Amino acid sequence: MTASGSAYSLEEQIDQWRNYLRRRQAIQSVDVAELEDHLREQVEVLIHAGLATDEAFLVAVKRLGDLDSLSREFAREHSDRLWKQLVAVGADANEAAATARTEAMMAFGFAVAAGVAVKAPALFGMPLNTNASFYARNASLFTLPLLTAFFAWKRRLDVGTLVRLLLAFAAAGIVANMYPLVSRGSNEVLTAMHLPIALWLAVGIAYAGGRWNQAARRMDFVRFSGELFIYYVLIALGGILLTAFMAAIFEAIGIKIEIFFQTWMLPCGAAGAVIIASWLVEAKQSVIENMAPVLTRLFTPLFAAVLIAFLVTLLWTGRGVVHDRTVIIAFDAILALVLALLLYSVSARDPRAPAGAFDALEVVLVGSALVADVVALWAIAARISEFGFSPNRVAALGGNLILLVNLAWSAVLYLRFLRGRGTFAQLERWQTNYLPVYATWAAFVVVAFPPLFRYI
Amino acid sequence: MEINKDLVAASSTPIVLSILAESDSYGYAILLRVRELSGGRMAWTDGMLYPVLHRLERLGYVTARWESSENGRRRKYYRITVEGRAQLAEEHRQWQAVNATLQGMWSLRFTPAVAHHAASAVPLPQGA
Repeated sequence: MTASGSAYSLEEQIDQWRNYLRRRQAIQSVDVAELEDHLREQVEVLIHAGLATDEAFLVAVKRLGDLDSLSREFAREHSDRLWKQLVAVGADANEAAATARTEAMMAFGFAVAAGVAVKAPALFGMPLNTNASFYARNASLFTLPLLTAFFAWKRRLDVGTLVRLLLAFAAAGIVANMYPLVSRGSNEVLTAMHLPIALWLAVGIAYAGGRWNQAARRMDFVRFSGELFIYYVLIALGGILLTAFMAAIFEAIGIKIEIFFQTWMLPCGAAGAVIIASWLVEAKQSVIENMAPVLTRLFTPLFAAVLIAFLVTLLWTGRGVVHDRTVIIAFDAILALVLALLLYSVSARDPRAPAGAFDALEVVLVGSALVADVVALWAIAARISEFGFSPNRVAALGGNLILLVNLAWSAVLYLRFLRGRGTFAQLERWQTNYLPVYATWAAFVVVAFPPLFRYI
Repeated sequence: MEINKDLVAASSTPIVLSILAESDSYGYAILLRVRELSGGRMAWTDGMLYPVLHRLERLGYVTARWESSENGRRRKYYRITVEGRAQLAEEHRQWQAVNATLQGMWSLRFTPAVAHHAASAVPLPQGA
């Protein structure tokens, strides 16, 4: 039959038409299927009436009507579809929906496992209220291995990487618990703060699915982390609301839920929410705009204004910087914030776009943060030997230095880009290459600080 | 003669419900029936039928189900519901009222004017 050639091209044409239609937000895949059935029947009738296949296709498409007005009609009837829905998985039982369901179930399973993991030590006689330091040291070990496992499952991680990640978590567990740290001492607090940062790298490696050495995958992980933070905060707010509601209605019948809240709801919920938030971020990735870059856009000018106001006031009044450990920590926080603002605007920027006003603003922000930090460091450095080197002070200074180096070189790269002497991709690569530095420093604090500072 | 857009839009609900009241059907067949019944005068753009069907579905006048057609394709069939039949009866009453009103007026004014086209310049008797 000679018709086979043209029949193939009809299928191709219908394929193209279908893909074109699918891009319309208001027209969902069930509607496309319905319209396709219509199109095919019309084509058959026309061919039967004597038209050539491609003619029949053209006429049938024309009769369906102009796609713009068609999708407008669909949008008018289904205005809800213009709001991208995340959790409601479409009713069409195709393969994608089945995958999404499996993933949701896995995420839920891992979240429950995280909740159980938090409660497991209590079964062996280590309840939360009497073993605060055990929980502080191991907080990240209850959830992050499960989060890593979730991504290992999702990305079908190879066995070699899996074993290495497993060893990393095992090592972290040993290090976190082997030192005879003083309860509530500096080293314990530092371990509790730095272990999650170090282990976050392991999550990143699993997230990248074994392709951690690719800059693009690292940037994806940065985006993921930002969105995860936002989702986690949103879930936490919902949790607070739920708790308040629960407390109020149980109060009405004379039952106090505080104990239940403290021993079950808060720890299990906080652990499980990490997995659930991660799953949501993954599920929404292609559906909903990233929030972190939006917030970045909003706050970059404001932070820049505050920093400049601070510098101007400092110069104008000639006030000295207060000599205190908390000052370094405050400046660490400022640098971390500025870095986050920089990172998330980098993550959302098209590297090929030319430099714009926002880029200049970014440089102003980074520059003023650097100047403010150097002023503070200068003031402190003069007298740091008087105070001596406590673990907290060294950790704060080390963190400050790491952020300072990153931001200083970022500023150089950004300026080069603004003056047309460098590419934006260089800045992006600098940021992604720098990611392991944070984890390495954090691991160093956890592993080396306790023996260096006699476990205080 | 082509029927204007507003009229097509306004009549789409009773027409689709009437066709579905005959038997369950699907998009293409509904359009064929419309063409057949109107003698080709109701010029619907094919695609526009579907938002109408979806609106009727949302309002609960019709229900939809997917079935395989005789040639193995998945096809969405629509069936009128009890509410749909009630709505059709209501639409029927309203259209009859509109129709009766127009008929009443036009049988007096336009029929003579059309019949005696040459004499249309002659003023019609007032209040007749």
